[in-house]
Amino acid sequence: MTHYLLSVHGPAERNEFGEYGSKEEMEKAFAATGAFNDQLKADGYWVFAGGLQQATTATVVDNTGDAPVVTDGPYLESKEYIGGFWVIDAPDLDVALKLAADGSKACRGKVEVRPFEGLA
Amino acid sequence: MTQDGTVDHGGSHHVAGRPSGGDGAAVERVFREEYGRLIASLVRRFGDIDLAEDAAGEALVVALEKWPSEGTPPNSGGWLTTTAANRAIDRIRREGQRDAKHQAALMTYDDTPHSPVGVVEDDRLRLLFTCCHPALAPEARIALTLRLLGGLTVAEIGQAFLVPETTMAQRITRAKKKIAAANVPYRVPSASDLPDRLGGVLTVLFLVFNEGYLASGDGSPVRSELTGEAIRLTRVLRLLLPSEPEVMGLLALMLLTEARRSARVRGGVLVPLDEQDRSGWDRSLISEGHAMVRSCLALNRPGRYQLLAAINAVHTSAVSASDTDWSQVVALYDQLVRLDPSPIVALNRAVAVAELDGPSVGLALVDRLPLEGYHPWHAVRADLLRRLGRSAEAKDAYAAAISSTANVAERAYLARKRGELV
Repeated sequence: MTHYLLSVHGPAERNEFGEYGSKEEMEKAFAATGAFNDQLKADGYWVFAGGLQQATTATVVDNTGDAPVVTDGPYLESKEYIGGFWVIDAPDLDVALKLAADGSKACRGKVEVRPFEGLA
Repeated sequence: MTQDGTVDHGGSHHVAGRPSGGDGAAVERVFREEYGRLIASLVRRFGDIDLAEDAAGEALVVALEKWPSEGTPPNSGGWLTTTAANRAIDRIRREGQRDAKHQAALMTYDDTPHSPVGVVEDDRLRLLFTCCHPALAPEARIALTLRLLGGLTVAEIGQAFLVPETTMAQRITRAKKKIAAANVPYRVPSASDLPDRLGGVLTVLFLVFNEGYLASGDGSPVRSELTGEAIRLTRVLRLLLPSEPEVMGLLALMLLTEARRSARVRGGVLVPLDEQDRSGWDRSLISEGHAMVRSCLALNRPGRYQLLAAINAVHTSAVSASDTDWSQVVALYDQLVRLDPSPIVALNRAVAVAELDGPSVGLALVDRLPLEGYHPWHAVRADLLRRLGRSAEAKDAYAAAISSTANVAERAYLARKRGELV
């Protein structure tokens, strides 16, 4: 089994309906994502998952020098940022890609699949 | 056999230009022929591509030491597999890589007899699907397939795709690292996924063949080691998936194209289909390809490669270019356009239409296509304009075609046609 990070990428700033065009769309996506989460748990792939606040709420801390330097984030300037993620435990990449496809459809976002080197 | 003997229908294969005399060269030839099977069975056993390659390399060293003096063992493939497997086990013990996977490989050590059919062939199919996995970059899929299943060296693959050896080595290393880290499975996809995944494998094999048949670089215009390798791997695939009509279609397409290879370049100049000496075509490849096209028709599950094979069957059935059944060719392209509405298919269809309905009808179709960056589009336009007597425009089109291809034989052909215009 391999652990994978499935990260969802979306716009830097969200509107009143999050990343969605309308309240109805947002509610549909939330319901579908909830069902997908339940399925991950039922099938034994679930490790951990979460949604993040929009990227403009991030703060960068750099303590690689003499003293910590704190700056308003996010770390990289980009048009799209990670908006949420799942950590799953799957037998191989084919299974992880299938789950990512289901997750992408549920939350209506692009999903990056990346293997963990290890979990602490 | 093709005329220069680079492809043996039995599947054995050696690279044109590689010395075949001398003991070391003979050992290397056997090694190359067995490489795909060897790596595939080692990857199955040990679940580690790098370990498989290292062990195979060590087995080659031993073979180079022993075979010239002791003679080549009767089952040389089996000998290489056993020797490499022992080396791999030694290495695991030596390096203490006793993680669960390696332990399992050691404990389930089985001496599956080395044979050309059965479970060992399945190993190669699994490895082919791993090499052509959609999570890998397309250029990495081709390189890995040629390296691990074809046994080509990194330098040879680099040369074939005009990439420095170090770049190609990085590309292959990165792909292998991804296979290991992301746990790309070593498995033939399930029946429901097979059609999609098989398409990716066929694309890789077809790209390898095409690069051999009309090399994109300015080196050798035709690279028979690549066409030969693509045919060899497609034959393996056909053996393993005999009921897939598109596999048979692709193999038939390759055979009917390969059959014309030796007539295709004369004196360093590309010879177009209608000017080729048809007595130079390989009749045994043609009859084999025709039989496959008939089998495909009987299955009645048409697909892209089967239709392209059928088109090539029409061409190779004609005694002379003027005997070509162009209405049949156009009908087949009409079917192909419905499956694949790409402008490149439409361009090829327009060439056939020009033969049937005249160059002005063909040109009207060609001019509509958004293919300014595709050198065959310029070459087709040039030819049609020439036939319509529009010499000045034809010259410009030939010039555009020449400047957009690096293939020396094709450039020579286009320059000759351009020079003939007044």
